Amino acid sequence: MSALSHLGGAPPAAGPPAAAEPERRTGRRRLTAYLLLLPGGLWLVLFFVVPLVTLLSASLYDPSGSVETGYTVTWHWQNYVDALRDYARPFGRSFVYALVATAICLLLGYPLAYAIAFKAGRWKNLMLALVIAPFFTSFLIRTLSWKLLLGDNGFVVDVLQALRILGPDGRLLATTAAVVTGLTYNFLPFMVLPLYASLERIDHRLIEAGGDLFAGPFTTFRTVTLPLSMPGVVAGTLLTFIPAAGDYINAQLLGTPKQRMIGNDIQSLFAAGVYPTAAALSVTLMAAIVVLVLFYVRRTGTEDLV
Amino acid sequence: MTRFGRWIGSHLVLFVAFGVLLYLFAPIFVVVLMSFNEPKSRLAYQFDGFTLDNWLHPCQPFGLCESVSTSLRVGLLATAVATVLGTLMAFAMVRHRYRGRSASNLFIFLPMASPEIVLGASLLALFVSAGAGGQLGFWTIFIAHVMFCLSFVVVTVKARLSGMDLRLEQAAMDLYANEWQTFWRITFPQVFPGILAAALLSFSLSFDDFIITNLNAGRTVTFPMYVWGSAQRDIPPQINVIGTAMFLLAVLLVLGAELARRRRRVRA
Repeated sequence: MSALSHLGGAPPAAGPPAAAEPERRTGRRRLTAYLLLLPGGLWLVLFFVVPLVTLLSASLYDPSGSVETGYTVTWHWQNYVDALRDYARPFGRSFVYALVATAICLLLGYPLAYAIAFKAGRWKNLMLALVIAPFFTSFLIRTLSWKLLLGDNGFVVDVLQALRILGPDGRLLATTAAVVTGLTYNFLPFMVLPLYASLERIDHRLIEAGGDLFAGPFTTFRTVTLPLSMPGVVAGTLLTFIPAAGDYINAQLLGTPKQRMIGNDIQSLFAAGVYPTAAALSVTLMAAIVVLVLFYVRRTGTEDLV
Repeated sequence: MTRFGRWIGSHLVLFVAFGVLLYLFAPIFVVVLMSFNEPKSRLAYQFDGFTLDNWLHPCQPFGLCESVSTSLRVGLLATAVATVLGTLMAFAMVRHRYRGRSASNLFIFLPMASPEIVLGASLLALFVSAGAGGQLGFWTIFIAHVMFCLSFVVVTVKARLSGMDLRLEQAAMDLYANEWQTFWRITFPQVFPGILAAALLSFSLSFDDFIITNLNAGRTVTFPMYVWGSAQRDIPPQINVIGTAMFLLAVLLVLGAELARRRRRVRA
């Protein structure tokens, strides 16, 4: 029972009624909790849980149906076999792209989060605001800007060609590099913010102790700072990997059909009304992510993410 | 190590950080620049010349301002509902003991850990199987947006609530304030910044959402959907005007909040 309800309770008195009083109040407070949870919980049950169940049943529809004639659930597990056979490549691509983008996000995001937490001083709030600020320009518009930046006559290609990293006919737009750049860019703030939150919490005295014990800056980082920031690393990589694996906007705007990700296929199958296959692919994506996340969280040993 | 080498060493992380910030801002510069673009050809997306026309006539492309207004209406309504429902849930989860408390924590986390395409697809499956496939539009978008904003509101308000000093409330009660007075005079003003942050976050999530909305919008067009549609044909520079304006608005809000905070601190 919280301190608030202790104080709000009836003044202590002798006799049996006093013993009954806290019991009744606990019951009332528990009821209050459920009442507070009810509207939001109901919304989530109706529009998150029930839809997932519907999606599951849609993935077992008889594939010979259509939107016009209606579908029936026939426990057609073959949908999964067919979907996985036909869409193995975009699936693999999604996971590889998301993995690479997550790794780059970690490499770029860690120094930024570290600088904000330990080096920014009075500019801390400003730098944090700068990390969040790009969010406010619609992310579709920002992705379109990358199309311009990475374009054949764009600044980035010119520089890379001058440095001979890219051949004279080399291009960036419509390549895997462009799609991964876009994914990295779009989900970088999701990496930086949890990293910052966990770095910020580290007791500075622990880092100073590392120096006092004659550890070099690198050893101190490796044995003190990095392990203490692991919860942030886990949260950040998950928050980057999950949306990146399901994304189709970067592949569509910056890539070609050769870079198609599983999101592209799910979206276009739903748009075409091919529900059983689309639903089977969605369920598989969700299941794959859940399995990966559980495995990853178990391995890294940080169970309290929330 | 030389002195110069050591200076580089201790500032290296700052240089990298500035580089990454530059990376984050590169597209913003393009958006601002392109908002002044006077396109010569409808085929190439590039800067052709400077003009103020786009800023003077932002509503010129057909349907653009209607889509912005749809997004604003959905965003405000979904934010209002999600903020109220989410705040109630956060209070229950931080301030109350009840059976299934840790289960409810996990339950709140799940929508945030699901890929958007799965959230959107499952809602579409629900709407279609409920026979509402023909009625996709404003209200189905609204339902979807409240759903995915809720978790973010709960998490944000919870963070604020669990960092609060309970002794202030105890003090109020000691001074004979009743529960109602304590809540409105002490608790609520302290939680309010958290609620405000949650509302801002949820509005920006709603205004920016594309993947879930695109599956459940029917014929209704939100601003991101308008951008998507125009990316397949030609991109009117007015889109960048809206993008720049949103960005400036957000920057002004942040600066205003920071200034207010500093002024309060000076006075205190």
